[in-house]
Order: sequence, then C-alpha cells, then structure tokens
Amino acid sequence: MGISIDKEKCTGCGSCREVCPFGLIDIIDDKVNIKIEGCTLCGACSDSCSFEAIRIEKEIEKALSGDDHHGVWVFAEQSRGEIRSVAYELLAKGKELATTLNASLSAVCLGHNVTNITQLAAFGADKIYVVDDAVFADGSEDPYVTELVRLVKQYKPEIVLAGATPFGRSFFPRVAAQLSTGLTADCTGLDIDIAKRLLRQTRPTFGGNIMATIICPVKRPQMATVRPRVFKKNRPDASHNFELIRIDFNKESVTLKTRLLNFIADLTERVKLEDADIVVAGGRGLGKPENFQLIRDLAAALNGAVASSRPPVDEGWIPYSHQVGQTGKTICPKLYIAVGISGAVQHLAGMQTSDCIIAINDDPNAPIFQVATYGIVGDLFKVVPLLTEKLKNA
Amino acid sequence: MNIVVCLKQVPGTTEVKIDPLKNTLIRQGIKSIVNPFDAYALEEGVRLKERYTGKVTTISMGPPQALDMLRDAISTGADESVLLSDMAFAGADTWATAYTLGKAVRKINNFDLVICGRQTLDGDTGQVGPELAEMLGIPFIAYVSKVEEIKDGKIRVQRMAEDGYETIETTLPAVITVVKEINTPRLPSFRGMTKAKTAQIPTWKAEDIGAEKENVGLTGSATQVVKIFFPQRVQKAEMLKGDAETQANALVAKLREAKLI
Repeated sequence: MGISIDKEKCTGCGSCREVCPFGLIDIIDDKVNIKIEGCTLCGACSDSCSFEAIRIEKEIEKALSGDDHHGVWVFAEQSRGEIRSVAYELLAKGKELATTLNASLSAVCLGHNVTNITQLAAFGADKIYVVDDAVFADGSEDPYVTELVRLVKQYKPEIVLAGATPFGRSFFPRVAAQLSTGLTADCTGLDIDIAKRLLRQTRPTFGGNIMATIICPVKRPQMATVRPRVFKKNRPDASHNFELIRIDFNKESVTLKTRLLNFIADLTERVKLEDADIVVAGGRGLGKPENFQLIRDLAAALNGAVASSRPPVDEGWIPYSHQVGQTGKTICPKLYIAVGISGAVQHLAGMQTSDCIIAINDDPNAPIFQVATYGIVGDLFKVVPLLTEKLKNA
Repeated sequence: MNIVVCLKQVPGTTEVKIDPLKNTLIRQGIKSIVNPFDAYALEEGVRLKERYTGKVTTISMGPPQALDMLRDAISTGADESVLLSDMAFAGADTWATAYTLGKAVRKINNFDLVICGRQTLDGDTGQVGPELAEMLGIPFIAYVSKVEEIKDGKIRVQRMAEDGYETIETTLPAVITVVKEINTPRLPSFRGMTKAKTAQIPTWKAEDIGAEKENVGLTGSATQVVKIFFPQRVQKAEMLKGDAETQANALVAKLREAKLI
C-alpha cells in the first residue's frame, strides 16, 4: 500500500498541491513531492491529476463472506442506575443500520438496579442484554471493559455503538483495543455500504474543518462512538416486542486495580449542559467575570443551561465544565444563544449542529453569524437584559 | 519514578483557515506545535520527577521534523527523548499508533507511569491513551486534573467527571491522560536549553522496537479513510435589525414562532 508518482508523466503543474486537504504536497524541481507522514491516501491528488501521474495503491478489502458476526449493538450507558439519553439516540440510528443489514438491533446494559430497562425496547431494541451486578455501581471502568469484551466475543455482533460521553470515550477505546478492532470517535454520520456490508463512519476532524469517512474493512466488530444529541431519538413504542437476556456477571474475569475513592459534585452546573434543550453561552465579549450574570439571568429566564467559549474559561471566569467547543463539550440543543462569542472554528465544532442558533455580537463580521439562524448585531449589554426582561414577562 | 510522556506534533490549528474559492485548508505559514494537552502531560511528568526523583523520557511517533519538538521537551525538563520514525508507520490509525507506542514504551525498561494528553487537536479522538493502556495491559485513568500522591506502588489522582471530580486510586505501572487544569507548563530554562542543544535523540524504526510490519502504519490500521470532504456551511443568519428594543422584540417573536418558548 502506498502512493507513487510517475516522474515521467508529472508535469509539475501543481493541481494536486491545491487539493491536498492536509497540505502535504510540494513541487520540487518541477516534480511533485508528497510527504507521506500524515497522508491518509484519500485520493484527492490522484483524482485531480490530468496526467495519471499519481497512483494510489490501497487495498480496500471487503468484509469476509460467510463472516459469523451479525447484528447491531448499542451500548446503553447508565449513570447511577439511569439510562442515558444518548442510548436512545443510538438506538434510533442503530435501527436504521439494522434494517438495512436485515439484522437485529440489541441494547447492552451493564449496571446495577437500572430503572426502565424496557424503555430500551420502546426506543427500538429487539433484544436487551442485561448484566446486573453491584460491581458496576462502584465507579471503576475496569469491569465494564472486561464484561463488554466477553459479551462481544460470545455473541459476535458486526457493529457496536457507544455514546461519546466522557465515560464512553475512556472505556470504549479499551474495549476496541482488547478486541483488536478499529474504533471511530465522535461520528456525526453512520450509514451502510450494502454492497460491501460495511459501516461508513463520518466524523469531523481538524477542528471541524474537514470531514472524513472511515471504514473498518476486515476487523470485527466495527465500532464507533457518537456524541450525545447528534442523532435524534425515535418516539417510544411501548408495544415493540423484545427479548430480555439476563447474563450473570463473570466475577472471575475481573481483578479490580482501579478504585473510586470519592466524588465531589460540581454545584455550579444546575442544568446539565449536554442534556439541556436550551443553552445560553457567553464569550470574551462579556469583558469581565461579573458580566456572566447577564448570561445566568437569560438562561434562568429560559430555564436553560449556562455555557462558555474557551476564553472566559481560560481567564477563570467560569469552570471548565461549562466550556463548549473542540476541547470542551459538544452539544446539540434545540436553542443555542451565543452572546459575545466571535465563533472561532474550535467553538463552532462544539455547537454548530444545534437546531436553532442565535448570535448576539457587536462585530457584524464575526464568524458566528455564518452558522447562526438569527443574528443580532448590537451591544450585548443593552440587548441581553431587554431580552431577559421580555422573556420573563412572556 | 520512571515516567514516559507521549507527545504529538500537530499543526497550530487556531490559524487554520479555509480558502473560500478552492475550499481547501490554507496551511501555508502554519507552524507545527506540540499538541497543547501533551504539553500539560510533559509538565506533569517533570513535576512528578521533581517530587519523587526519577527520569522523564518523551516519545513521539512522527516525521523527522518532530525532532525539534522532542528537543524542546528536553529544554523544559525531560531527561531523554526518543523519536519513532519509519515510513512503515505512516497512515496509522489509533490502534496502530497505540500498538507502536506500546512497543516503544516496553523497550524503555521498568517504566512506572505513562502520561498522555487527553486528546490531540488535529485527530481529536482521545483514543490513543486508553488503547495504549490495553496494549501494555495496565490500568488506565482518563481526564486527570491532579496527581495527589504516589506511594507504595499506587497512584491516587483527582479526575474530571461530567458533573464533578472523582478521586481514583490505581496500581502502578499505569497510563493516565491529563486535562489542562492540571498545571501551567513552564518555559524552557537556560540549563535545559543548553542540555537540549547537545542531547542525542535516537530514532527508532519498526525493527528497533520489535514491531511487526503488519501491525504498524496503514497496513496495521483497522480503519481506513475512504473519503475526505469539507463541510458546507450554507446557513446564513437572518439579521434582526433596529435598535435594541426592536431586536429583542423580534427575537422573542421568532422564538415563539419556532415554539422554543
């Protein structure tokens, strides 16, 4: 596998340099030179070459015929006995994939005294695998890893999805590594290439500047994480038939090396950012920490959560748990109000899929207006208090 | 304490702009930087060495240009650096990267702790740390915001959870990933810079770390990129004009219309 340049055919025209998404191509002595490190063999250069001088040798092997892996699994994450919303969102997408594959959709729940297990069926699961043991309430990730690995090896699903929550992003790669299979993080699109029976996984990279579609051609299962609120859950159907499979926890398999000793709740976050329907976010334009009160007041009037772009967090105006963006949280609320946020790509990466985006900023050229549904160019110190007042009286 | 810190060189993406005509990234004049989260990992490694004595080795898988970054690491307190560079490593996904790093860490004898940043700025997956822990078969703790104590073969840390902080303890050797709250990286010292200038930084190839060719680079990657494209941002904001009063009224009306309030 690799990329080769026919120096006879290359005219040094530079058309490939223009299209390389990673900027890896130089023209040296009128000939193309490609830096292979960082190259994903995406083929943009060979497609652009009019002289057939660039050849990509990439074997894309299709799934093994007669493969014994079958079915779509959703890891149903629970937190303190409550199933998280992302599980239902994944079931909606999982149903689509399973239907295309003519396969069954299963939810896997590892936990202790988890409430509303059957909701997983109402949201689409044909089978629910449940492992109930007190060990899952202890706060260590280790038993989740070993138990999910064991179940996947036993039941052989072809696709396993999990939420890209902090827990999912930490525990799911460990499962993939133990299974020696691929994992694609933070997918925003999942569909099936039915001819090859492959999961096509699309994700943003480079701070949301580039989208990449990724496959896992040979190894099984195909694994992906998806951030909360990227997919929409279906309307629950309580009459959906399902099979409940209870499995005993394999105690011998786990030696707990990691122990949770203590938990301190962050009390500054009244409404959980990832789960909030309405989010009001403040940025550098607020000028000083006291002015965050404007954001809190507006959020309170809307019964929403308070968020921040990176600068106020860096300045220490508000804790990191409120940061939205590439190095913070990715959210997709119904309504996102950005106040005094210019909209650097890193911030947009964390909120641009919100249903409705309102931008309030004094700079008409701020990039935030490119993703906004409604824009207000003006003085936030005048507009925001007025808005809060009107909403309170609304 | 024998500490290994994993570093990655990434483009300083804060400067990345899209060429609106060609719809490509403008990469000209963009410097490579050490992945910011890795800088916190290095600083923490150096602080732990100062607290408990020992040695910090930085490793990076990447092109020969990454040597500059590894040299800088020595000027800010690392004792040794190793570059993992081989054409065979190119095109690695997170699995193949973790495999390669795992082989290199094993070659560094008697390591106690491996520290990584929580994610990179470019790939942004956050998967290499946890996958590396499994490759090494040792415990893993993500999002560490404070190392409280290392004692009797155990490490106790504070880590960021979604709705607060957890105190977690595990046995060494272990892999941890760190968040930016953990420290403020120091500037290079004069002594460090002098040391960095003359430091020998070996380059290890696949055969030097006993990595099987079929497990590294694109060949060893479980995943493959089949398509790259640019997201289309077509939505254009409807601007609400007038004075603040008019704007606020218009917005309330729009929100009501959309049944958002």
